[in-house]
Amino acid sequence: MIRVKNLTKRYGPVLAVDDITFDVEQGGVVGFLGPNGAGKTTAMRILTCYQPATSGSASIRGFDVFKQSLEVRRCVGYLPETAPLYPEMRVREYLHFRGKLRGMSYPERTKAIRHVSDRCWLGGFIDRPIGQLSKGMKQRVGLADAIMHSPEVLILDEPTLGLDPTQIRETRNLIKELGANHTVLLSSHILHEIEQTCYRTIIIAAGRIVASGSPEELRNQLSAQARVIAEMRGPPEEVEKSARSLDGVRNVEVSSSDGWVRLAIEPKPEHDVREDIFRLTSSKGWSLRELRREGATLEDFFVQVTAQQQDTQTR
Amino acid sequence: MRNITTMVQRELGAYFLSPIAYAVSAVFLFATGLAFALGTFRNGAEASLRSLIEFWIVVILVFVLPMLTMRLISEELRSGTIETLMTVPITEVEVVLGKFFGALVFYLILLATLLVYPIVLSIFGPVDAMLLVCNYIGLLLLGALYISVGLFFSAFTKHQIISVLLSFALLALMTFAAHGLAQTVDGWPKAVLQHLSVRTHFFDFVRGMVDMNHVVFFLTTTALFLFLTVKRVEMRRWQ
Repeated sequence: MIRVKNLTKRYGPVLAVDDITFDVEQGGVVGFLGPNGAGKTTAMRILTCYQPATSGSASIRGFDVFKQSLEVRRCVGYLPETAPLYPEMRVREYLHFRGKLRGMSYPERTKAIRHVSDRCWLGGFIDRPIGQLSKGMKQRVGLADAIMHSPEVLILDEPTLGLDPTQIRETRNLIKELGANHTVLLSSHILHEIEQTCYRTIIIAAGRIVASGSPEELRNQLSAQARVIAEMRGPPEEVEKSARSLDGVRNVEVSSSDGWVRLAIEPKPEHDVREDIFRLTSSKGWSLRELRREGATLEDFFVQVTAQQQDTQTR
Repeated sequence: MRNITTMVQRELGAYFLSPIAYAVSAVFLFATGLAFALGTFRNGAEASLRSLIEFWIVVILVFVLPMLTMRLISEELRSGTIETLMTVPITEVEVVLGKFFGALVFYLILLATLLVYPIVLSIFGPVDAMLLVCNYIGLLLLGALYISVGLFFSAFTKHQIISVLLSFALLALMTFAAHGLAQTVDGWPKAVLQHLSVRTHFFDFVRGMVDMNHVVFFLTTTALFLFLTVKRVEMRRWQ
């Protein structure tokens, strides 16, 4: 559905998007995750034909975003980050205007407006001037505009920005629902949001894709490297020595208090040492009171990969 | 075409909802009214709109029309609505033409209010209807040119003040300075400056003549500025 190949965008000397390649299949919600300034917005602007890329290509439904821009724009609904709107227009008037630009007839527009007004909770303020609305209301108007022509591809740049917690939850549910019939590309710098709504995540930092996969895959990728914490009662020197001799252990930190020895084990990649630890303690007769893998959330992963990325950038 | 109509409707709606348009219309009506009352409507004067159309309206339009056109594109650039606008299936040409005709229609409404003066004059003496038609054709062409210049500078910057000042400068130069400068030189520079002088081209319409040369001058210059505006809006994508 969305195909991006070696896409690069420079603003003068600044490299905003650096050679990214990815595919998004039809259906489902895909998350674009990255810190602020990572290049998410730029990538989305290229996909929606707002800006051309410096090099590389991108296509939506087989239409090239540069050469067949009008066809692309016809099948895409886009919500820019700030949800810019005309303050002097009323919400209904604005949606009619946008529908007309998309070639919808009057009955189609009326029907679509009724529909999106329900889905995006515009009912209370649909006849008020946009200039009087709060940030969250405007965000919902922008979202309503993006989905009103029921586009095959939805590109949403930080759709929950400025919403209150209830609205955030409702918007997330709405996006999940939309994922059933549309292909949604969603950007966010909030991990939690992506973890909840997306079946696939593309993590982008400093203009590059640093990781991609389902939340589970990313979590597994991370937990493979997570430290294992074990606490047991035994002679500290012997505990350390036998732990180090285990296959799959790269490094061990030892601390002890009250006769308990605490090991923080850094495993070699693709090794799970927990079972070995259990065998070790039971064979030696040491009692074991804690054995766990350190918390592996997407958040740690995110911090880790983006930090790595920034390191290589500064070098 | 459909998109152009949609844009025209939206721009007209924006005018009627904008306090600036009302303020500008008030200034226009006040200034033309003042020029009529002091210059034409007095004892012994000729029952003709000549001095009003020939000089005062031109001066007033140089100041009024840029104020009507300044926000057309620069406001979209400033508020970021250009992003939502250019990501629906609409071309830059349609956007620019839609905005141009939107402003032109609003200008025609302003022009229509001026009809009150010939009506007042007709009480005191015969008014030449054909002359009036020529005057209006001239004013329409003049206004279209001024709007295209204002629209161009509006696409130039997201600051409305800069856009309006640049439009004042260029319009004043084309309208008044070119004519003045032409008096100071001889030979071909004189001819060139006279050709560029908007007022020179406007004179015949004031006198009641529709010369195709002048019509072509106004239409081509307007088209040139509209073309430059489209190019300017397209350039934004590459920045």
